Amino acid sequence: MAPVAMAYGRVCVGLLLGRAAPCLRALRVLSGMTVSQIDEEVAKLLQLKAQLGGEDGKHVFVLKTAKGTRDYNPKQMAIREKVFNTIIGCFKRHGAETIDTPVFELKETLTGKYGEDSKLIYDLKDQGGELLSLRYDLTVPFARYLAMNKITNIKRYHIAKVYRRDNPAMTRGRYREFYQCDFDIAGQYDPMIPDAECLKIVYEILSELDLGDFRIKVNDRRILDGMFAMCGVPDEKFRTICSTVDKLDKASWEDVKNEMVKEKGLSEGVADQIGEYVSMQGGMDLAERLLQDPKLSQSKQACAGLADMKQLFSYLQLFQVTDKVLFDLSLARGLDYYTGVIYEAVLSQMIQAPVVAEQNGALPGDEASVSVGSVAGGGRYDGLVGMFDPKGKKVPCVGVSIGIERIFSIMEQKAELLAEKVRTTETQVLVASAQKNLLEERLKLTTELWNAGIKAEVLYKKNPKLLTQLQHCEETGIPLVAILGEQELKDGVVKLRKVASREEVDVPREELVEELKRRTSKLP
Amino acid sequence: MTVSQIDEEVAKLLQLKAQLGGEDGKHVFVLKTAKGTRDYNPKQMAIREKVFNTIIGCFKRHGAETIDTPVFELKETLTGKYGEDSKLIYDLKDQGGELLSLRYDLTVPFARYLAMNKITNIKRYHIAKVYRRDNPAMTRGRYREFYQCDFDIAGQYDPMIPDAECLKIVYEILSELDLGDFRIKVNDRRILDGMFAMCGVPDEKFRTICSTVDKLDKASWEDVKNEMVKEKGLSEGVADQIGEYVSMQGGMDLAERLLQDPKLSQSKQACAGLADMKQLFSYLQLFQVTDKLLAEKVRTTETQVLVASAQKNLLEERLKLTTELWNAGIKAEVLYKKNPKLLTQLQHCEETGIPLVAILGEQELKDGVVKLRKVASREEVDVPREELVEELKRRTSKLP
Repeated sequence: MAPVAMAYGRVCVGLLLGRAAPCLRALRVLSGMTVSQIDEEVAKLLQLKAQLGGEDGKHVFVLKTAKGTRDYNPKQMAIREKVFNTIIGCFKRHGAETIDTPVFELKETLTGKYGEDSKLIYDLKDQGGELLSLRYDLTVPFARYLAMNKITNIKRYHIAKVYRRDNPAMTRGRYREFYQCDFDIAGQYDPMIPDAECLKIVYEILSELDLGDFRIKVNDRRILDGMFAMCGVPDEKFRTICSTVDKLDKASWEDVKNEMVKEKGLSEGVADQIGEYVSMQGGMDLAERLLQDPKLSQSKQACAGLADMKQLFSYLQLFQVTDKVLFDLSLARGLDYYTGVIYEAVLSQMIQAPVVAEQNGALPGDEASVSVGSVAGGGRYDGLVGMFDPKGKKVPCVGVSIGIERIFSIMEQKAELLAEKVRTTETQVLVASAQKNLLEERLKLTTELWNAGIKAEVLYKKNPKLLTQLQHCEETGIPLVAILGEQELKDGVVKLRKVASREEVDVPREELVEELKRRTSKLP
Repeated sequence: MTVSQIDEEVAKLLQLKAQLGGEDGKHVFVLKTAKGTRDYNPKQMAIREKVFNTIIGCFKRHGAETIDTPVFELKETLTGKYGEDSKLIYDLKDQGGELLSLRYDLTVPFARYLAMNKITNIKRYHIAKVYRRDNPAMTRGRYREFYQCDFDIAGQYDPMIPDAECLKIVYEILSELDLGDFRIKVNDRRILDGMFAMCGVPDEKFRTICSTVDKLDKASWEDVKNEMVKEKGLSEGVADQIGEYVSMQGGMDLAERLLQDPKLSQSKQACAGLADMKQLFSYLQLFQVTDKLLAEKVRTTETQVLVASAQKNLLEERLKLTTELWNAGIKAEVLYKKNPKLLTQLQHCEETGIPLVAILGEQELKDGVVKLRKVASREEVDVPREELVEELKRRTSKLP
């Protein structure tokens, strides 16, 4: 401690006498500094900070992941694999291809695309090369990919991790590194058909994953903007008011109205008018009603949005998904790039209990505790790709992002509640021996099984006890054990035992592979 | 200044820089990925999916689980683990929180995971991207973001069995991927170090000489010897001694030979390594992968049957039977020993790949039969002497 304190004192004095004075003075005369001078000062300050932090070369044994990130253990990976298989199966059923992009983009690529959320982007350190940032979502990289490769039509899915410097105190349980699972249709098509297919895909995925009842809320950027305009919101406040309205799924109207009036500067009257609209929910009937609304019908934008909403619902009827889709005027979605229809899927439990229940000390098993917000969201974004194209060529897009982390979390909780045994390996048979000095025979038999494509394991012990081998099967869920013994070897057979029932039968060695294949093809 | 005051000043300066940088809302048309990175298009993804399925299928067949770790670690976690390569690590910008770096490989995160979760035994695979700020001018075609596909067995077990399983897995994967013929080279740190010591390399130069020897797969012995002598300061004599050893390749036989080597056998380390190498090869034989290890399991003879005897004083009978077989055009061998042990004769079959052995004994001679045994399965049957040639012809015509 002493050397550090001394260094601190010395540096402090140095700063006061030398650096600090001109540095602080210069900051008050901002225009006087060049970019490289700024870089120099920043570096010096960060070095000082590091010294204050006590980086004295001692090895700190760090046994933690970065804040907001976590490892996935084998059980979680097994659940994850099942979920991905279901989701990818659905995407493939609808004829989608897949791509992958780098984890970081040029900083410029991400700049100006995320509005207020831009402050949540992770930057890479300036190490003398290009300025880079970790991707914030998969949509902007997608738009860059389309423009770069001059692609005008594609139906693609992309499952990968994205990065957001969320403040965990604000949003409990939110990770900073998390999976996104995107499906997008790019290209000029007859209106609303691809938009409807996206909703059909969300419906299929949420149904197949067996997460209980859910609702998909839909709205339209043009309807929102038209509504704001007719209620008297100044143009330049549209986006920021949109962000505020978006909080209605987590906060009360009082809080939201408060933010609109006190923080965003709307009059109470305007806020109240917005309040009347955003409480409306319905189906195609609501769209028809609003087309007759005296205020709203005066907005060309709103009318266009409402007409498309009607068209959307007609397709949704054909796709047989209207039982779970709701036209909801309070749905806003924070991101800058949406231009048309927007949607969000929530599990039904959430509608009654929007506040994350764990904060209230809910016990596992309570309905309300198995829920953490929306599970899918998306919309139409026709202007994004054009921003990347030098000629500004537009490629209209519509897509959806599945909230896969929330789904994992729910599935993990479910598995625990139901005390479900999640296997982390797929091994079908353990090759074991009842007596000593049979390692060689065990290895030979295991090799035969591997060569035949059978998933087999053998313990790395020359003379394991049979009980130990059986316990390994029970712990890891291996259903069968092939037991070798002196007598069995002489007789040319293998004892095949079902671990669970202990039923045993002698199988001739040369028929073992076939018998195993037969038995394992029947297993789930 | 306090830490928070520093943070405040840094933030102000960065804001100013951003303004100077011309972030005035104009959109710059950026149509490139970061240097050293690339997108995967749908065709590439389809190929990738097939390759992953094959590899993961193999890992699962061997009972491995999988884990995943974050793309960045605390900078401290990666510090001091990569030696000279540390300068290639991507750092994240100090944005007021923890100092972070992108993972450089999957091994250090694995070690952190084991320690964090107090895990002593696991067989795991991990397929994920890692990040290295390689200078593309130096290493043409090297990406800065690329996939690694690791398989590791952690835990205390009976020696060499897990080591052998790793090699079996490599063998299976490369075979299934249909990439053509391949070889797996094996060696041992202890054998290398023992060899260096016995050749006269000073202890402190072991690691650096190791790096030089490693270049033999890309450079000639002349170049490598040159580096050892001119750059690393070894005498020519020492370098030449190393040269004799590093030209050796073989299988279990090489390990056995080296255990008898006058110089090497004096090194305890080397002997330990060689003993384990023998053990390894014995398991590799059981795993049926020795053909791709630098050992001549590729058959060099086409012998179909060895004429053997279980008892003493039967050389004459063996030679008579062998002659009968030769006269009938059958490819046969007999050991040049008056009274060989049966085990020795059987081992000869296994080592050279002879599929059948015709065993003579006192009783068999009295009964006028020959015991015909399949070497691989040990299935045995008594064949009347006069039917032996026909039986052998029948059996050997079916063999591949």
